[in-house]
Amino acid sequence: MSRAEDLPVLRRPRRQQILPGFGLTMGYSITYLSLIVLIPLAAAFLTAAKLPLAQWLHVLMAPRVLAAFRLSILASLAAALVNAVFGLLIAWVLTRYEFPGRRLFDALVDLPFALPTAVAGVALTTLYAPNGWLGQLLAPLGIQVAFTPLGVVIALTFIGLPFVVRTVQPVLADLEPDLERAAETLGAGPLLVFRRVIFPALLPALITGSALAFSRALGEYGSVIFIAGNIPLVSEIVPLVIMTKLEQFQYGEAAVVAVGMLLLSFAMMFAVNAAQLALQRRHQARR
Amino acid sequence: MRRREDFPGSDGSARLAGRVALIGVAVLYLTLFLLLPLITVFVQALAKGLGAYWQALSDGDALSAMRLTLTVAAISVPLNTVFGLAAAWAISKYEFRGKGLLLTLIDLPFAVSPVISGLIFVLVFGARGWLGGWLGEHDYRVIFALPGMVLATTFITFPFIARELIPLMQAQGRDDEEAALSLGAGGWRIFRTVTLPNVRWGLLYGVLLCNARAMGEFGAVSVVSGHIRGVTNTLPLHVEILYNEYNFVGAFATASVLAMLALVTLGLKAMLERSHPELRAGRPGDLVPRPPQAAAP
Repeated sequence: MSRAEDLPVLRRPRRQQILPGFGLTMGYSITYLSLIVLIPLAAAFLTAAKLPLAQWLHVLMAPRVLAAFRLSILASLAAALVNAVFGLLIAWVLTRYEFPGRRLFDALVDLPFALPTAVAGVALTTLYAPNGWLGQLLAPLGIQVAFTPLGVVIALTFIGLPFVVRTVQPVLADLEPDLERAAETLGAGPLLVFRRVIFPALLPALITGSALAFSRALGEYGSVIFIAGNIPLVSEIVPLVIMTKLEQFQYGEAAVVAVGMLLLSFAMMFAVNAAQLALQRRHQARR
Repeated sequence: MRRREDFPGSDGSARLAGRVALIGVAVLYLTLFLLLPLITVFVQALAKGLGAYWQALSDGDALSAMRLTLTVAAISVPLNTVFGLAAAWAISKYEFRGKGLLLTLIDLPFAVSPVISGLIFVLVFGARGWLGGWLGEHDYRVIFALPGMVLATTFITFPFIARELIPLMQAQGRDDEEAALSLGAGGWRIFRTVTLPNVRWGLLYGVLLCNARAMGEFGAVSVVSGHIRGVTNTLPLHVEILYNEYNFVGAFATASVLAMLALVTLGLKAMLERSHPELRAGRPGDLVPRPPQAAAP
């Protein structure tokens, strides 16, 4: 591809920044960003930094905190995997098939984004409680959802679904139909076409969507606390541990756990961005 | 965006059984996991009849929670709207170093747990926080009062409008504005008569989503509110209090108001997306951090 910059004759004069307002908008943006986001976030790091290292280890290695981290990570992972499978299936059905109520179901996918988490929390708890609509059906099978780690996974699955569907959907809609037609012409059945042609193209979006669902699940609070029962060592998530320490006025300890969590979240954010860049580069190189 | 009919296998003749099975699984999953919780809210709210429902909603504490929710949103959303417009203008109209870093920093609140979003303001303004002593001396409350709840909500919804406007204004470029400038318009006039009309639908879309989150935020507000009934209770916090008191009709009646807000938001969002497809194109998942631009072949 030849770009205009490569051809001296065609080069446009370097655009000067002639529009007014750079100082004002940039200055305002930076100030507002610092006041609302950066300085308060720094407070968590600085408060935690005041504690000696031994105290840090003591806080983070406490069985209750360790158990909470394990539950938060494993439950978020499980929910992300469920969403990867069903999110892909739902994105496929909504993009490729026409059926009565499709538009309604398509709009419904965004419900977890729009519904306040506390509302989702009380609704899910009522549904899955032993006497609830779904809890009643599961109880004879010996499956208890409410007030167990399984409840945490259910709530996190609810929260994460739109991330996968909404990330995969546009990629699926923009796939080249000719590729699939060519594969079909060459004798590939629908499953083979999906496995060899469609799935590889969707994989980056699927991974991104699942990673986003995972990150969101890690910090989720409102939808989980009602259904989890919050039993220490069993069904207590990290955000709740922070909340408990805060209620006991242990600001330093709360800040330490928060910093542990923030580092995990920022690492996830960084990994998602890096993975996407790498996949994009690999893809462009292949072109 | 391609149409369904473009793809092979959607011609209506082949593989009907497989298609029906897939649609069945998807519809069943969405019904069980999304529709059923929504229905539960309204069924539980009306479990003891319309009278009890109405009584729960006209309760003094419920009304004051509604007022507070509206007040918090009425402050946070305009704050983030002004920021969104300023940041989008700075980022889309000029070239400067560190633009990528600035975009990442704007996204930061998306990666922060709601509880931590509340915690950081307690660490700054709480009784034992950085400014706690000074605030105490001047008898000014931030935490367990309206300012703290506004701050936490503003933090949570910080990226929403900027994230909607930046890609939109980047795609539109600055030709219109430069044309207006060459015709002698000043900065403010350019913004008001050229830029604002150009981005109005994207702005509305961002405000809609920002408002829904501002009114529904629970975790962050819960940390800074102190749960004082009738004083620092927003609607989501009111749901929690009533639920924990086993007042299920009250809890779900309050929840139904929030659920209706969510439904209205989704309806308006779907309408905006249908009339202005560019709002959705290239930005999958509106509340998703960092719009993923996955590579398609």
